[in-house]
This record gives sequence, structure tokens and C-alpha cells, in this order.
Amino acid sequence: MAKLDSSLKNMVLSLGIISLIASAVLAGGYTLTKEPIQKAQMKKQQDAIEEVLPIKDAKVGEKVEIKLDGKTDAFFIYPAEKDGKLVGAAIQTYSYDGYAGKIEVMVGLDNEGIVSNYTILAASETPGLGSKITDWFKTSKANQDIRGKNLSQTKLAVKKDGGEIDAITASTISSRAFLSSINSAFEAFKKYQQQN
Amino acid sequence: MNKFKILSNGILKENPIFVLLIGMCPTLATTTSAINGLGMGLSTTFVLICSNVVISALKNVIPDKVRIPAFVVVIASFVTIVQLSMEAYVPALYASLGIYIPLIVVNCLILARAEAFANKNTIMNSMFDGIGMGLGFTLALTILGGVREMLGSGSLFDMKFIGDNDGILIFVLAPGAFITLGYLIALINRLSKKKN
Repeated sequence: MAKLDSSLKNMVLSLGIISLIASAVLAGGYTLTKEPIQKAQMKKQQDAIEEVLPIKDAKVGEKVEIKLDGKTDAFFIYPAEKDGKLVGAAIQTYSYDGYAGKIEVMVGLDNEGIVSNYTILAASETPGLGSKITDWFKTSKANQDIRGKNLSQTKLAVKKDGGEIDAITASTISSRAFLSSINSAFEAFKKYQQQN
Repeated sequence: MNKFKILSNGILKENPIFVLLIGMCPTLATTTSAINGLGMGLSTTFVLICSNVVISALKNVIPDKVRIPAFVVVIASFVTIVQLSMEAYVPALYASLGIYIPLIVVNCLILARAEAFANKNTIMNSMFDGIGMGLGFTLALTILGGVREMLGSGSLFDMKFIGDNDGILIFVLAPGAFITLGYLIALINRLSKKKN
């Protein structure tokens, strides 16, 4: 078969039909993957909540939105209940002060404000430097591990700012942003406790 | 043309990274670890094979003057399908490759093969060209990622072989990509010179 001429009719028709078929294929692909994508995102969220909760077999309640003065976005509290009583919460918190923008963290607190665990949901800190926030603050070393710190007694801060936490080497900005997200989580949780 | 020759052409003689030096943007940006390089390489290979086959099949109904937009529509559709399926089934890899998946659309490797090969050859030959070029690209990215991961993080395919904090940080950052690529190309030039 000879190649089609580049006449206006041929060009419009050929490009139009190709685009039409492409959009049909894409619509199909979108419908097929819509549910698995939602499931994958839900699973990530739920895994994060379960990982950080202070008590393992607690029942996780509906998420509650908390807004704080001076913070742009809302914080999300996932209250954990055991035998009908609040035993702590997983808090989805964030900070915009990271070295490369927003850091999103899921942190677990018990009723007194003791940190049980945390996990990073999203961050784009420098690989090899700031990206160490994923593990640094839960490594069992004195002055580095934030698990077990009571936030109602002290605010978390790096040593440079007069606190007691060792910042990640060469990543004071990321460390500071991370700690501030944990502090805001506690503020949000305190507000949630007062409301209920 | 011999099918085997077309296949090995993409892997060795005209390796897109080490010899043709095309598609540098994803190459330098995503190869911070071997698994990222492999993931990026395989996604690109899939798109390359599919687009080569479809473009080769359609080459007679696409008028010359609108061939580039037609190619881009075909390539973009396949990239979107890859993106949706990765988001649904391998969310962790999707998160670490991020923006570079949709950017496969503008990877000049794919458009170059469509224009230079698929547009002039039979469907079967185009498929083998896609496989060869794709594997060459994947191989190059995996080697590059592997070297950078070993030097920069002290691990390979996420398996640590040195304790923490022992990586040469520069290799996971952008300059390390250029340095590693430069040395790899030098090495390959040296080896291929010897053979002649």
C-alpha cells in the first residue's frame, strides 16, 4: 500500500482517528486501574496508621480534621480506641519548611503525648542527606531517637536551637522541619482532646 | 535484515546510552539505585516496543506532514497506560520514579526510534528494534544505578553490604550521575577499541 498523501483531508482524518482510538484505549485503562489505585493508596495510609499507633490491637476510628491557627492545611487525627476508651492517635501531620518543600509524616501519640513511632508519607529531601529522616529519628541512639519522648513536657528541637535532639549530619533544615511537624501534631492532638 | 543483528544492535553497537547518548534526562535523574534504573528501563522498554509496533503498522496511513503529532499521540497513550498500571500495582516504585514516568513521552530515544526505524521498517523488525534498544537502555540504566548505589549508599538492589553512613554521598546526588556516566562511557570506548 502506498503512503497517504499529505492532503488536508488525509491529515485531519488520520490524526483524528488515531487520537480517537488512543482516547478510547486510555478511557479503558483508566477504568480498569481506578479501583486498584485507590486500594493501593488506602493500603499505604492504613499501613502507616498501624505502624505508628501506640497500642497494636486498637480500633481505629473515623478521621477527624483539625485546623490550627497559623497553619495553612488541616491535620488529620485517626483516634485509636480500646474498650471504648481513647488510648492515643495516629496523626497525619506536615511541615512546609523542608529543604525541598513539604514533608508529610504520620506520627503516633498516646494520651499523654508520648511519641510511639512515626513514618514518612511523602518527602522530597536530598537523597542521602535529608532523606535520612525516614529512619534517623527512630534509630536507638541517645539524643536521636524521638520514640518515648513526652511532648507535653518538652518541645522537640535540634541541639542548634537549644533542644536535645541530634540533627542529621549536614541536614539541619530537614531535621528542623521534621521535628516541627511532630510538634504541630501534638498541638493538633491536644486540640482534638479538648474538643472531645 | 537479520533479526538477531537488529536485537544486538540496540544492546551493543548502538547502545542508546553509552554509544548514542540519547535519553539523558531520565538516565541521569532516576539512576540513584539499581532498582530505580531497572524500573525506569523496563517501563521505557515496554513503551518503546509497543510504540514501535503500532507506528510501524500505521506507517502507511499516517501522512508525512503530520507524522510527529501522530507518533506523540501513540507514545503518550502507552506512557499513560504504564503510569496508571504502575500506580496501581507497584506504588513504591511509582513513588520513587515520580515525575520521570510521564516524562518518558518526551524521551527522545522513543521518538527517535519511531522516526528513524519503525517508520521505515516492517512490524517484526520494528518490534525487535524496540526490544534491542529497550534492553540496551535498561542494561545501561541498571549498571549506572548499580554503580551509583554501591558507591553512594553501600548497597546493591537494596541489600546493604557496608554499615550505615559509609556511602560516598556525591554518587547519589546529581554530580555523581555525570561522573559515573563519564567513566562508564570511557570504559566502554576503551573495550570496544581493543576489539577492533
